[in-house]
Amino acid sequence: MADYALKDLEYWDARIREKVAELGLDCFPQEFEICDHGQMLGYMAYSGMPSHYPHWSYGKAYEKLKTLYDYGVSGLPYEMVINSNPALAYLMRDNSLCLQILTIAHVYGHNDFFKNNFTFKTTRPEFTIGGFKARAARVRRYVDTPSIGLEKVEPLLDAAHSLALQCRRNLAVKKLSEEEERDRLVAAATPRADPFQRIHRRQEFVEPDLRKVPPTPDEDILLFIRDHNPFLHEWEKDLLTIVHEETQYFIPQIETKIMNEGWASFFHKRILDSLELPQELHLEFLVRHNQVVRPIPGGLNPYHLGLRMWDDLERRGDHPTKEERETLPPGKTGRSLLFETREVDRDVSFIRRWLDERLMRELDLFRYEPKGDDLVITDVSDDTGWQQVKETLLKNIGMGGIPVIRVEDADYNHNRTLFLVHAHDGRDLQLEYAEKSLGYLHRLWGRDVTLETVVNGKRTFLTFGERGFSAKAAK
Amino acid sequence: MSRTVESIFRPFNPSDAERSDRSAGDRARHRLKVRESIRENIADIIAEESIIGKDRDKVIKVPIRGIREYKFVYGDNVPGVGQGTGESQNGQVVGKAKQPGKAGEDKAGDQPGSDYYETDVTLEELIDIMFEDLELPDLERKALRQLESFRIAKRKGYRAVGIRVRLDKRRTARERVRRKLATSASRLAREKDAVRVTAEVTPGTERRFPFHEDDLTYRHMITDVKKESNAVVICIMDTSGSMDTMKKYLARSFFFLLYQFICTKYRNVEIVFIAHHTEASEVSEEEFFHKGESGGTFISSGFSKALEITQARYHPSLWNIYAFHCSDGDNFDSDNPAALRAAKELAEVCNLFGYGEIKPLGSRYYESSMLNIFRRLEADNFQTVLIERKEDIWPSFKAFLARDRGRDQ
Repeated sequence: MADYALKDLEYWDARIREKVAELGLDCFPQEFEICDHGQMLGYMAYSGMPSHYPHWSYGKAYEKLKTLYDYGVSGLPYEMVINSNPALAYLMRDNSLCLQILTIAHVYGHNDFFKNNFTFKTTRPEFTIGGFKARAARVRRYVDTPSIGLEKVEPLLDAAHSLALQCRRNLAVKKLSEEEERDRLVAAATPRADPFQRIHRRQEFVEPDLRKVPPTPDEDILLFIRDHNPFLHEWEKDLLTIVHEETQYFIPQIETKIMNEGWASFFHKRILDSLELPQELHLEFLVRHNQVVRPIPGGLNPYHLGLRMWDDLERRGDHPTKEERETLPPGKTGRSLLFETREVDRDVSFIRRWLDERLMRELDLFRYEPKGDDLVITDVSDDTGWQQVKETLLKNIGMGGIPVIRVEDADYNHNRTLFLVHAHDGRDLQLEYAEKSLGYLHRLWGRDVTLETVVNGKRTFLTFGERGFSAKAAK
Repeated sequence: MSRTVESIFRPFNPSDAERSDRSAGDRARHRLKVRESIRENIADIIAEESIIGKDRDKVIKVPIRGIREYKFVYGDNVPGVGQGTGESQNGQVVGKAKQPGKAGEDKAGDQPGSDYYETDVTLEELIDIMFEDLELPDLERKALRQLESFRIAKRKGYRAVGIRVRLDKRRTARERVRRKLATSASRLAREKDAVRVTAEVTPGTERRFPFHEDDLTYRHMITDVKKESNAVVICIMDTSGSMDTMKKYLARSFFFLLYQFICTKYRNVEIVFIAHHTEASEVSEEEFFHKGESGGTFISSGFSKALEITQARYHPSLWNIYAFHCSDGDNFDSDNPAALRAAKELAEVCNLFGYGEIKPLGSRYYESSMLNIFRRLEADNFQTVLIERKEDIWPSFKAFLARDRGRDQ
């Protein structure tokens, strides 16, 4: 055990909570669990969940983390926080007192963010841990059922995991049922009442195809298969549901990585600076803090970017420049800007709204492209390039790193082929991965699957059927 | 004053930590997949230089290619955004383009991780995996060459009959106590009546309870026969001037596999190195692989030496003999008939005799070859293989073993 006892932690935690209240953070009740590094590795492999269904990929994750840790390539994170109510955080017992204090403060930052940011509104945090536990029990039951067993469950989970992130990104937007979608299509096609219909040309009525499945392109691939492949067993449908639900938990975290880490770093700095730590603790804190939030040359540290942006946002509210004052609604202070933004933005909107040319120049952000074997800078944040840099950044963050693929038609060519379209935005798919993933899709759908994408500028159809994979360029 | 948030601490519980190896099952499952993957890629792994000639306990790193988790991901033409130190300029090179399937920087965990990674396997484990599918057919038939190396008498259990020296006194005494207790209930009942008659029992005159035939317990001995099976691997290599490092490396890999494989099948394996140019001599392993010789080649000299050694030290009636000869096939023409004759003789004494011709890529088109000559050798247990690249080693090794039919006694 390190240089402190549990009551030290409780003492500092109480002091930190006073500061948390002073600063106006609004948190769930917080639970801290002290664990050793072995348990920490275990939690990390299972995304922090106290219980989780079994799958070999978590064993792989564990081995990988352990190897990296054993060889000192990467340390362990100081903490892990789970978005649940009460929020659950793990503290490593081997950490020094200073690190624990930093971590505790950092955790309250995340906790506040989980509770207040709009993307987390759909996650129902009071059921997080119970939900994971219940799903784990369901999967274990299928594994133990003699007629199913691991040898059937595992391939299905492999396939489902492969497609799990092919889902809707903004969970705050309500998903319509197919009925509602059809109603909408009809409403959109129906000519609106026009008070000047005598002088206008009559709007033509184009009949929407209401028999098409799905009525509008669907991004939730797993759910679509669950609902439209009549040959799936109930347990298979249930496994698809389970994997989908687990993924839904992670989407808000992926979507707010920069904001969330920045927010927690912003407040742990603020809290620890006001705690009047003994000098040696405070010095150690400054060292650790800088390790966490330092920029990584050539890369992009979300802690750094996030912290700089929140700092800048506060300054913008309190001491705006002349131009900024004109664009800012009246009556805003730094504080109100901060708390409002943490509620209504996610990474994409946060960066779009608040990352301006001046800050980008200060951060020296650049855009690079692969050329031959090298990554070469194509734009830097100057008068001409900053918008390019920003656009590229917006494309890459959050769920932007995952290709958008939608189900267009479940009865393509009238032979129940599943037709999907990749919304190509200049970035090609990695073809080997696409081939294997289509194989999984084919396994779940049970019939041919065709994906339309663009390869090297040419429209291409990738098909996976009975006879395996084929790629065909469109005429 | 605003309301403070509640918090609790759950202290560290060492016994929880002991029990909390929750990933054990998933790790085992993953390990199994790794093993499958190694088996599929065994030829590549063998072609890797690192495993040849290592100690069996040595832990080696094996690259795993099989167990990726495929998802739809972007390919390699994807631009990204990075942060500089303040002096970034257009055209500046900031890194290496990522390989497909390998992650560049870590972006919020949504990129595929580096799926090409290495795992630790002991050489022993790897050899087990390698040889899982391979068998030496008819191994059992060579009964004569399975020596009963030693007999020992081994204790195994207890019997009610036996010779007096093996009487187990302790157990016998215990049996008696047991019997006494078992009979005491009925005896007590009987003695009650007796007491009434004799009124009192004087000390020292209690009823004796002697040993009975049934109490005697003997240690049981069985003779344990340890089967000793002997094998000798004779490595013959051409060390003439034309054998360069690459050729020697290929030869060495092959010998290594052969030796390791024979080791898994026999208890007592010896290895003999014979180096030859125009003359042959038995050498140490070090000399065998590292000492370069010069001069011409008489392949027959190597075979004759091997025959000589088997006659002297490894008689075929007692030893399973595996001989393998590596050469680049550059033999003096005048020696060919002699070589063929010697090879025939050697094939007769060996379980398995092979000739590997090592021709690094392309060179076989302009150099002479012994393969045609040896084609005339008609023996079931003789096999020639051609090794051109590292990748050929495993397939040719398998082909070589397929020839072992075992000689009838």
